[in-house]
Amino acid sequence: MAGSENVQQLTGHLFRREAGKMAAVLTRILGSDRLEVAEDIVQDTLMKAVETWRFKGVPENPSAWLYAVAKNKALDFIRSRQRHEQIHSEIAKAIHSEWSLPSSVNSLFLEPEIEDSQLRMMFAACHPSIQEESQIALTLKILCGLSVREIASAFLTNEETIQKRIARAKEKLREEKINLEIPLPQSLSSRIDAVLKVLYLLFNEGYHPSQSDQSLREDLCEEAMRLTYLLIQNPVTKQPKVLALMSLMCLQVSRFHARTNNEKFISLEQQDRSLWNKQLMDKGFAFLEQASEGDDLSEYHLEAAIAAVHMKADSFADTDWNRLLTLYDILAQLKPGPIIEMNRAIVIGYAKSYREGLVALKKIQGLERNHFYHSALGNFFAQLEENDKALKSYSDALSVATTLADKGFLQKKIDEVKLTV
Amino acid sequence: MEKFMYIFHGGSSNAPEMRSPEAMQAHMQKWFAWVEKLRKEGRYVSGEPLQPSGKMVTGKKKLVTDGPFAEGKEVVGGFFIIEAKDINEATELAKDCPDFIYDGAVQVRPVQKM
Repeated sequence: MAGSENVQQLTGHLFRREAGKMAAVLTRILGSDRLEVAEDIVQDTLMKAVETWRFKGVPENPSAWLYAVAKNKALDFIRSRQRHEQIHSEIAKAIHSEWSLPSSVNSLFLEPEIEDSQLRMMFAACHPSIQEESQIALTLKILCGLSVREIASAFLTNEETIQKRIARAKEKLREEKINLEIPLPQSLSSRIDAVLKVLYLLFNEGYHPSQSDQSLREDLCEEAMRLTYLLIQNPVTKQPKVLALMSLMCLQVSRFHARTNNEKFISLEQQDRSLWNKQLMDKGFAFLEQASEGDDLSEYHLEAAIAAVHMKADSFADTDWNRLLTLYDILAQLKPGPIIEMNRAIVIGYAKSYREGLVALKKIQGLERNHFYHSALGNFFAQLEENDKALKSYSDALSVATTLADKGFLQKKIDEVKLTV
Repeated sequence: MEKFMYIFHGGSSNAPEMRSPEAMQAHMQKWFAWVEKLRKEGRYVSGEPLQPSGKMVTGKKKLVTDGPFAEGKEVVGGFFIIEAKDINEATELAKDCPDFIYDGAVQVRPVQKM
């Protein structure tokens, strides 16, 4: 037993992380139709750790301890069933021999295989036959070790809703007999797209200031980055678009703590750039450079490149607006939609003139309930010293804003305009 | 200083909060902090977890049976040996056990001096 001199501290989220790893490995062993058995084994294993470690402290190698318990529980399950029920997984053949069963279970608990299992689980959880919201919930539950309650509070919804989404995902896994495997080369690229979409959404949920718990949101970002990094570590899935998404995440997260102050949102223009995390920024730039090898140009490339332009500028005024406009022009073609158009219009305002920015903004439809949109209008009106219109737009923004951070930001804007009147 | 045994009954296993790995880890961390406090004060002597059941040997015939099969609150999860001035102090110290919120119980038994 280790560390009898100091307070025993388990690193970061050991349990959560190991829960995700073990669930992936066990599902690979037992088959995706026995996801629930895998989850129960994980739960029992962690419970056993709590019950044992609390009296004696953490064992020397806590992960190995957990795996040993989980392995034995899996073997017990297989031995109790194998005569009656088929195991539908890649070890199906091995289970009929007491000689090969333990060794094949063992081998899947080795480090490279654990990573591989998590990758396979990602592809299964993000299978195209599963609805997106269920893909996200299942990914968080199985791969990230979050409880239903934690997922519900991260997404500001109730436990029942999340429970249903997860149940639907599990049903699909069973019905469609979705195996835990890395997709074949011909479908790999599109299957990676589906995984990246989920990781991107997961990340954004954590990144955007919402009313859910701050530390929980940071966890979502961290988990999204961890899973993206898993894709990068495997040569088969290390594709340019994956590197691009990783770059985007690093660049965004490096601004995490510069974006809010006392629950108030701080715009890019007002942020103290010295608070940006230099180390993460450099990682972001490096990933973007790697991502640029090859002809692939994904939306993540563009979004990362856009973030990089902002972050390379010493001040808001120094931003290379023309380069940004070029990037937004391409992005708007690749991924058409009002949000991109809005951001593009804002860039037009800075690259050309506020008036042209306003014209571009006013052309956009479908953002009547988006506070960023009204706030952007307010900003350009204020720049042009059309204060009545600025006040009107900021008030419109305030009326549709939902989070305290956004409301605080907008109220401040309104007060500023009033002062200049 | 006298020796006491804490015998821990029941506790966290069935609490719904324990469906979350994060919450489980946080709960265990409370135990570590408690043990550390006892240790720093020079009170903690040793502790061991116990498996839920084992064997019973009884009677003149030394009959061996499986057991005991305790349920839920009755299960003895483990024990500590600690040192305290007297039973009152030992009992007071036991109140820091993190398992009470989950219906756990601690038996405080003075070790009989020879």
